Amino acid sequence: MKPTDDKNPEYFHKVVDCQYACPAHTPVPEYIRLIAEGKYTEAYMINWESNVFPGVLGRTCDRPCEPACRRGRIEEEPVAICRLKRVAADNKDDVKSLMPQLPFEGNGKRIALIGGGPASLTVARDLAPLGYEIHLYDEQEAGGGMMRSQIPSFRLPIDVLNEEVNYVLDMGIHTQFKTYVSSLKEILDKEYDAVFVGTGAPRGRDLIIPGRQEAAENIHIGVNWLASVAFEHTHKIGKKVIVLGGGNTAMDCCRTSRRLGGEQVKVVVRSPFAEMKASPWEKEDAVHEDIQILDNHVPKVFVVENGKLKGMTFEKVHAVFNDKGKRSLIPTGEPEVFIEADDVLVAIGLENTFPWIEKETGVDFGEWGMPIVDAKTFQSSNKKVFFGGDAAFGPKNVITAVAHGHQAAISIDLYCREKDLTERPSPFTNLVSQKMGIHEWIYESEVENDHRYLVPHAAKSVTLSDRKMEVELGFDVETALKEARRCLNCDVETVFYKDKCIECDACVFICPTQCITFTTNGEEEDLRTRLRAPSLNLKQDLYVSDTLPTQRVMVKDEDVCLHCGLCAERCPTSAWDMQQFLYKVTKAG
Amino acid sequence: MTYIRSQFRHPGLPVNELGYTTKEYEGALSTLCAGCGHDSISGCIIQACFEMSVAPHRIAKLSGIGCSSKTPTYFLGNSHGFNSVHGRMPSVATGANMANRDLIYLGVSGDGDTASIGMGQFVHVIRRNLNMVYIVMNNGCYGLTKGQDSATADEGSKSKKGSVNPFQPIDLAGMALELGASFVAQSFSGDKEQLVPLIKAAIDHPGFAFINVISPCVTFNNNPGSTKAYDYVREHIEASATIDFVPAKTEITTKYADGTGTDIELHDGSHIHLEKLAAGINPYDRLAAMNALQNARNNHEILTGLLYIEPESTDLHHTIQSSDRALNSLGQEELCPGAEALAGINEGFR
Ligand SMILES: Cc1cc2nc3c(=O)[nH]c(=O)nc-3n(C[C@H](O)[C@H](O)[C@H](O)COP(=O)(O)OP(=O)(O)OC[C@H]3O[C@@H](n4cnc5c(N)ncnc54)[C@H](O)[C@@H]3O)c2cc1C
Ligand SMILES: Cc1ncc(C[n+]2csc(CCOP(=O)(O)OP(=O)(O)O)c2C)c(N)n1
Ligand code: SF4
Ligand code: SF4
Ligand code: SF4
Ligand SMILES: [Mg+2]
Repeated sequence: MKPTDDKNPEYFHKVVDCQYACPAHTPVPEYIRLIAEGKYTEAYMINWESNVFPGVLGRTCDRPCEPACRRGRIEEEPVAICRLKRVAADNKDDVKSLMPQLPFEGNGKRIALIGGGPASLTVARDLAPLGYEIHLYDEQEAGGGMMRSQIPSFRLPIDVLNEEVNYVLDMGIHTQFKTYVSSLKEILDKEYDAVFVGTGAPRGRDLIIPGRQEAAENIHIGVNWLASVAFEHTHKIGKKVIVLGGGNTAMDCCRTSRRLGGEQVKVVVRSPFAEMKASPWEKEDAVHEDIQILDNHVPKVFVVENGKLKGMTFEKVHAVFNDKGKRSLIPTGEPEVFIEADDVLVAIGLENTFPWIEKETGVDFGEWGMPIVDAKTFQSSNKKVFFGGDAAFGPKNVITAVAHGHQAAISIDLYCREKDLTERPSPFTNLVSQKMGIHEWIYESEVENDHRYLVPHAAKSVTLSDRKMEVELGFDVETALKEARRCLNCDVETVFYKDKCIECDACVFICPTQCITFTTNGEEEDLRTRLRAPSLNLKQDLYVSDTLPTQRVMVKDEDVCLHCGLCAERCPTSAWDMQQFLYKVTKAG
Repeated sequence: MTYIRSQFRHPGLPVNELGYTTKEYEGALSTLCAGCGHDSISGCIIQACFEMSVAPHRIAKLSGIGCSSKTPTYFLGNSHGFNSVHGRMPSVATGANMANRDLIYLGVSGDGDTASIGMGQFVHVIRRNLNMVYIVMNNGCYGLTKGQDSATADEGSKSKKGSVNPFQPIDLAGMALELGASFVAQSFSGDKEQLVPLIKAAIDHPGFAFINVISPCVTFNNNPGSTKAYDYVREHIEASATIDFVPAKTEITTKYADGTGTDIELHDGSHIHLEKLAAGINPYDRLAAMNALQNARNNHEILTGLLYIEPESTDLHHTIQSSDRALNSLGQEELCPGAEALAGINEGFR
């Protein structure tokens, strides 16, 4: 293999698994260390810079970082990264004075944002301090998009949302709420310098099977119903509720139903339990609230008697996979199942729709009625119009919307300054030695053995009777400290200086997880078979040195390195050093 | 601050026949200087015992005094151990072995511990062909007492402070050959590919197995001009052959079917396979080995590898016809056979 170019920041970036997996590349280990030091405000600000909604995300994030966490490959569970973020938000002091302060000197450019969800709010936050005049349109009565209309208050208290939405809106954003934009052309006619479309994926899919029309009164589209609950138009539901679908919307629908009078709430899903789209923790929470999940049931008919919904019938199926791993659901041949219901919530998916974007605006659409958007610049076929969030590539999650927002803001700024959009700013990076003494490092190098701590929940009797009562109580600071210490500090990198190495093998033998091997070079596939421990995780890189005096190379498999620093402590010549690597995605401006 | 080694290990570590990973063969965290050759030898001992699937409680580690003699704390933490007096490891090993012949005896010593204060014990344990592995971690100095020249320091070798050693060195491998050792090898702490199979073969050998391992002292004897420094050793090393230890149960036919190299069959059906044997070397020929060693020395080379082996070695128990069973397994009846038996013995003297 060629020697690893560790001067290229992307190499060490990839070693920080959580940060690398985070769509907004939040510097996770950096804020976890700050939490361990009790520096909640600083930890919050690191998050706020990267992801704009630390309090919201600390409760609701889809947390792609956690399955990526190295700790999960070393013991059973990853670090509770997401819930630690909440600790920063819960315990911070004043942060507003640390944010960009008005007034911002105007640059004469005006930008329209359509939709007020996380994507648009991120664009607003990045561009307002640069002097852009931002006009935000949303049909809802307040900002936040689906964070407000969809995510229920028992998962995300409204105060937390308001606080973080307002940090953005208070930057002098011109808001036009309760304003549905019915024509992009009209907006373009207002001569904005650029337009950002962050309208999300607003339409819930319907289920057209016999009985749908007759029972219409008691059949609700999940997202519409949740929004109606959130905006206090709907206050109750029948005792017996069927929720159709297996995603996160279905989980929010069933749990909300339990709080609005639903006693026998059943989630009925076509696919097998293990393949449901909902996150494992959401399924657990639903089951904990006495919600039954019936898998492998395909809806057939809405049963109506005397013009009123009685229930539904389902066909039982099982999943069969062909050679290519494609799944089909085959009827088992058992008799159809009837389930009683007073109300049915349909939560079988979201769709994008852009009836308000006219052909003549020059915004072209491709397959599935989705706009044609550049995946890097987020620019559409009309150079002035940018997309982001769920509107760009279909329904995802808040953190992805934020990441899109940052990139779109960079593009809009480049566009307004007539620069090349494809020349993206390089990330800010820094690599600092952690050495203080022979056995002393600036970071806490000792690896804790503790298993993951659970976030305490409020009693079910309390939470089920109050839809706004938050279920999760968050970590107290003592538990947070213990959980924070589980972090392996993967951003404290093992940096190898080949010219100093005397090939004494001290690092090889001290490494608890047998990461380091000195051997003759070879192609990656071959090298991986010759390392001290099995090297099967191909997603993790090998760190390979240039040829040493004995004609061998140093090969380090990054996979399960504990970042414990023992290699560097053992090395007599400091050929290894532990260096903290900071990687920040550059923002607009 | 870490003086603590994490308890986490690589989740995919292979297990041996006993179901153990290398973790079960580790010891406490070493307190030797970072980069000390002795730590690498400890690593090789761990690797060899793991690969041979020896049960840790079947091994007794014995040592004298010195940095080298401290190492048994840093490997085989689940085995028996005795850290004895300076230069007295062989007599403790002899006593232990006489009392319990069923354990594997692994003696660890230094060049000071063996070639100076312990020389008297060393020569006698060889002479008796005690069934044990005797490893000298040879750094040419007294590491523990701050680096004084030892009796194995080469004439003309320069110390860290610049003084030049005026005396002839004692060649421990040559001496072991001369005294009739039944297994003699030499190696380098920086060459695990060679050292691990040598340790395995030594453990398997039914008699006195001596391995002299050049093991640089990074702190006091790794300077330019020293003949035990990493750089010097690497430049002057000459392997007698590449070596592989093939345990009894393995089909040797598959790997070495081409018939190249030399196969040494051991008493239990295991094999030592030597490939690329250097000219003039014959592992069965004591005289040739002594010659090769002397020639290498004249050429300022360090000859490593298996130098000599006597596969049908007879150990001390055999020679003195001691009890076939370990003494600790003998019961009241065997130890005290009664008045009648005594009378029988007395009768024999009449
Ligand atoms: C039930 C449910 C639960 C969810 N839970 C989570 C969760 O726990 N964690 C997570 O990360 N993600 C969750 N999501 C997904 C997440 O809410 C979205 O991915 C995210 O909000 C998308 O952000 P956005 O900025 O693209 O658009 P949105 O948040 O969808 O905001 C779009 C805004 O645009 C407005 N709008 C649309 N069209 C127009 C128009 N023509 N004129 C004016 N205004 C318009 C809408 O009213 C809305 O306010 C959930 C989604 C649902 C449906
Ligand atoms: C009876 C006795 N005499 C002298 C000493 C002092 N002493 C301790 S270690 C040592 C030399 C050790 O040298 P070596 O065996 O080569 O071990 P190294 O530290 O080099 O590995 C000496 C002389 C002692 N501990 N006991
Ligand atoms: S920091 Fe060094 S010693 Fe620790 S696990 Fe990683 S490579 Fe091994
Ligand atoms: S401990 Fe240092 S000098 Fe020794 S092999 Fe490792 S990197 Fe090289
Ligand atoms: S003094 Fe020399 S022999 Fe002793 S531990 Fe240090 S390097 Fe090793
Ligand atoms: Mg010594």
